[in-house]
Formats: sequence, C-alpha cells, structure tokens
Amino acid sequence: MSETASETVSEPVSGPMGETVGPEVDLGGVPASTSTGQDVVFPPLADYHDTVTAHKVAGFAMLSDLTAVDYLTHPGRELPAGVAPERFEVVASLLSLSSARRVRVRVQVPEGDAVIASLWDLYPGAEAMEREVYDMFGIRFTGHPDLTRILMPEDWEGYPLRKDYGVGRVPVQFKEAPGPR
Amino acid sequence: MTDDATKKTDPVGDPVVDPESDLVRETDEGGQELLPRASTAPEELSREKGSVLRVPEAMPGDPAHVDVEWPDDETMIINFGPQHPSTHGVLRLMMELDGETVVRSKPVIGYLHTGMEKTGEELTYQQGATNVTRMDYLSPLTNELVFSMATEALLGIELPERAVWIRMLLAELQRVASHLMWLATNGMDLGSTTMMIFGFREREMVLGFFEKTTGLRMNHNFIRPGGTAADLPDGWEDDVAVIIDTIEARLDDYDQLITGQPIFRERTEGVGAITAAEALALSATGPILRSTGIAWDLRRTMPYLRYDKVDFDVIVGTYGDNFDRYAIRFNEVRESIKIIRQVLDRMPTGDYRVQDKKVTPPPRARIDESMEALIHHFKIFTEGYKVPEGEVYTAIESPRGEIGCYMVSDGSAKPYRMHIRGPSFVNMQTLPVMLRGGLVADAIATTSSVDPVMGESDR
Repeated sequence: MSETASETVSEPVSGPMGETVGPEVDLGGVPASTSTGQDVVFPPLADYHDTVTAHKVAGFAMLSDLTAVDYLTHPGRELPAGVAPERFEVVASLLSLSSARRVRVRVQVPEGDAVIASLWDLYPGAEAMEREVYDMFGIRFTGHPDLTRILMPEDWEGYPLRKDYGVGRVPVQFKEAPGPR
Repeated sequence: MTDDATKKTDPVGDPVVDPESDLVRETDEGGQELLPRASTAPEELSREKGSVLRVPEAMPGDPAHVDVEWPDDETMIINFGPQHPSTHGVLRLMMELDGETVVRSKPVIGYLHTGMEKTGEELTYQQGATNVTRMDYLSPLTNELVFSMATEALLGIELPERAVWIRMLLAELQRVASHLMWLATNGMDLGSTTMMIFGFREREMVLGFFEKTTGLRMNHNFIRPGGTAADLPDGWEDDVAVIIDTIEARLDDYDQLITGQPIFRERTEGVGAITAAEALALSATGPILRSTGIAWDLRRTMPYLRYDKVDFDVIVGTYGDNFDRYAIRFNEVRESIKIIRQVLDRMPTGDYRVQDKKVTPPPRARIDESMEALIHHFKIFTEGYKVPEGEVYTAIESPRGEIGCYMVSDGSAKPYRMHIRGPSFVNMQTLPVMLRGGLVADAIATTSSVDPVMGESDR
C-alpha cells in the first residue's frame, strides 16, 4: 500500500498551487458549459461512468461531493443543447489537486427508472455519498456494495428530499416505538 | 395483484413498492448494521478494509491481511455508542473484535438527522443562515460563511473589503475555538482531564468575544448573505489582542504538557494510520488529508476571502497517524493566530455589508424616521429577496476539512436545493481504515482524531 501511496502523492504535491491551467479532458462530444464561473459537463446517463473515468485519468483525483436534485417543480432550467431535462439530476463534483480545479458532472436521471452507475469503483469515497442520495432521493446506484439508508431509519418509507414528499406528513417515527394511543 | 394495482401510487406520489421488485432485491441487505461474518460473502470479506471502505478490485489490498476463514465464534461484534463521551454526539460504531483487536468496524450514523437540507428549501436566503449554523455546532461561523458565499455567488455581488476581513477574522477565531475544543476532548479521550479543562477555558475566551460581537456564544447567524449582521464592537482590537496573546502563550505550556509526554506519544504515534492514497480515495479532507503529507488547504490552494493576501503556513504531517493529526491541529491554532494578527493590523475601514438595497435591510435608526425604510425592512424579512436562477458549488476550509455548499436557485426567494457537503460526513468513512488492526482503547483516540461533529454529519 505504501508504494502506491508515494506514487499518487508525488503528483498532486509537486504541482504549483493556485495554477489555473487544468488537466485537459477529452470529453468525446459530451456537452459542457460553465455555470456561475464553474466548469460543468453534462454526460448522458449511459456515458456517466466513462466521463468520470476520463476525468480521473486526467488527474481529478478526488470526488469532493456527490448529491442529487429533484427538478420536479422546476423543469425549465437552463441546459446546453442536446441535453433533455429529466426529473432527477445527480451532481458529482470532481477535484484536481494538482491544478486546483473543480469540475461538476451533472447527469439527467429519469423518474421512471432512477438507476445510475455507481462511482464507487473509481472513488471508494462515493460510498457514503451515494447511500445518502439513495436515502434521500431513491436513486439507485448499480455496482454500489452496500446500498442501504444511511441517515433515515432503515424501515423509513419514502424519500425525504423529493419535492413531492409531504413535509410533516408522517409524525416522527422511531423503531419499535409504541403505536398511537 | 393486477397491473393496475402495482402501478398505483399512494396519495403523496411515492410508488407502492412490490416486494419482488429490483428495488427490494438490490437494497434489502438487512439494514445499516455491521453483519456477522457468517452472513458476509467471502469475496466481500476479501476486499474489505473496514466495513465501509470496501476496496474495489482496481485497488487491491494486502491478501495476507484478510482472514476469510476466521470462524465466527472467535470474534464478537460490539456496539460502541451511540451514547459514549468520546463519540462527540451520537455516533454508533459497530466493531468486530478479536480479543482486543478491531477486525472490522462500521460507523452507523443518522441519529442526529433533522432534515436540515429539506428545511433549507423552506427558508428564504435571509433565514437560511440560521438553519445552517446549527449543523457544525463547534464551528457555526464556517457554515454560515459557506452558505453566504454560495448565495452571494448566485447573486453576483461583491462585498465591501471590511466585510471580507471581518469574516476572515471570525473564521480564524472560529478555527482556534474549534481546534481548542478538539484538544480538550482529545485529551479527555486519552485520559488527560487537565487538557480537557484547559481547552475549554481557552475556547471560552473566544466564545466570550463571539458573544460580545454576535450576541450569542454559538449558532450566531452573524455572517449573512451580503456581509455580516453588524460591525465589530468598539474596542474589538484590544479584546482580540488579549485573546490571541493569552492563547499563544498558553499553547507553549500545552506543548510542554502534551507533545513531549511519553504516555501521549505512545498512545498516538503510529496509531490510526492512513495512507495518502486511501485518504484521497475516500475523499478525506482537512487535517486527515494533510496528515498524510498532502499539502491541501483550500485557504492556500483555492483561496477565498483574502487568504491570498495574508501570510501563513499549511501544516503537513508525514505518517497519517493520530499524532500527526494532533500536531497539525495544534500548529494550525498558531497559524490562525498569525492570520488574526495580520487582520488586526490591516482591517480596512468601510462598510460591513454590501449597500445593495435588494439584499441589505435598512439601518435600524432609519426605520424610526422613514416609512419606506420600514416597508423595505418588512419586505426583506418576510418575503426575502429573489436570487437569480442558477447553481453553484462553493467550498471553504472548515476546521474539519472541505465544507461545501451546492445551491440551486429557481429564481425565487428560497433555495430550490441547498446541499451541504459536510467534512465530518465524508471523513467518517476513513474510520474503518484507521481502526482496522488497532486496539479498542485506541479506537476511542482514533475516533476523536477524526474530529467528527455529528450535527454536521447527519444534518
């Protein structure tokens, strides 16, 4: 393990910090744009894993964040040409330590079949984040080793961060709590 | 069951789940707990380093360390927490023990989940800081800062120079307070009650200054989109100077008290080690990543506020063990004090919030004399202000690592989605790696050295 470590480390540390020229990623026709000054790519669902792999190879060594958005009540968002809006969007923030650059990967996930490839084989750190997205949005990740609820109780019904989840619909549940009196 | 029945949805729109469906098959793994060895597949055990970090095939572990043939009755799964003084909140750690050695472990979290991201969608941007400040309760100003910076990025407003420097002063004082609190609790976890009392005493000085400035010791709601809630109190320079001089002098005492102490070194050196590759793979940030030798501090590498204008060092470790993480936090207090000194010298004059009528309520005195000011004030605090459509991810360096805010606006006065990337939540994944092969007694010290704040982890 220690040998792998030294190889991986030497690269990011040696790079001059604060440099803005980032690693070049061959996107292979995947739509890209900038949003509030940040780089965003919009791969189709099928190309999601490949696009992230290309970024990892190009030096984006860390998955800094992974979350999702339910666009149920806000369908008219701005998307580049060629990207059809779907209800869910999985958003992964990749970070290149050597060039101090971030790129955001936004993938459209359809409502009917909310399944997406897991990034766990590329970034093991995706495990907790994908479990959280599953827990909160009900989006399933294929290839994830342990897709269970992480924040909500395991017998919870519904996905709280979905826009059609009724806030206050269910009184707070506790496992093995006595029934209503 | 007919086709119609399976497609039926309940009143709120959640599909009724068929027990034979893919969803149930793929996700029903017996809940969140650590499963006994007998019910874990051998290939699962063989790629396992801790229960949460399952090493993918692409990143092989050392086969000699995997005991696939371990009989089930030689080990024991115990619960550590959710209530234990060293879990810093309610963290439940399930550990499989062979005698006193930790074989596998898995953090079970969610006990403090209060749906703050959902709440954030119900509050206006004006109110949002009140919500996020309660996440990481040991470093509330950092949460407010990242929330405010995300909102300001969407609004596209530039802050007056003084507001930025006030924020930097508060963020660094907060880092001092948070690290001192960590020194205190870490001392407690290692049996040093003296350090416990000392750490709390020094932190109290900083909190006293916060109370004078913001009105509250914690959960300040002081850093808001558009600047800060108020200017610094009169005589703040003297207060801050006294605080940092005292803490700096006492740090030398603590250095003598702890750093060279044989018992402390024995219990921390080489304990809970993690390699740089593992830390990177697990998205660990903050002192954990820096302890492995990677000089990654967002204040230096991706500067925000005016961190590019001040002089400070990024503290880096070598071995990634508990001692390195201790030394990093200890010396980061000194670096923060260095930054605070420079802020004291260079604090610009001017406004503490942006004079953009859209975002900033009128001054209190104006409300008494102007009807328009009263209406303006009322509208901002009831309806809030509209933020242009867009989405943004901002990240800053909290005492625990990278705290990020992913904010989506649909053009209304409330965030469409407000996600906080909590460093505690992500860093928790490193725990099974650090604990593996260690002793139960060290598990407490190691948990402490990850410095998790469960309020932020569970949100």
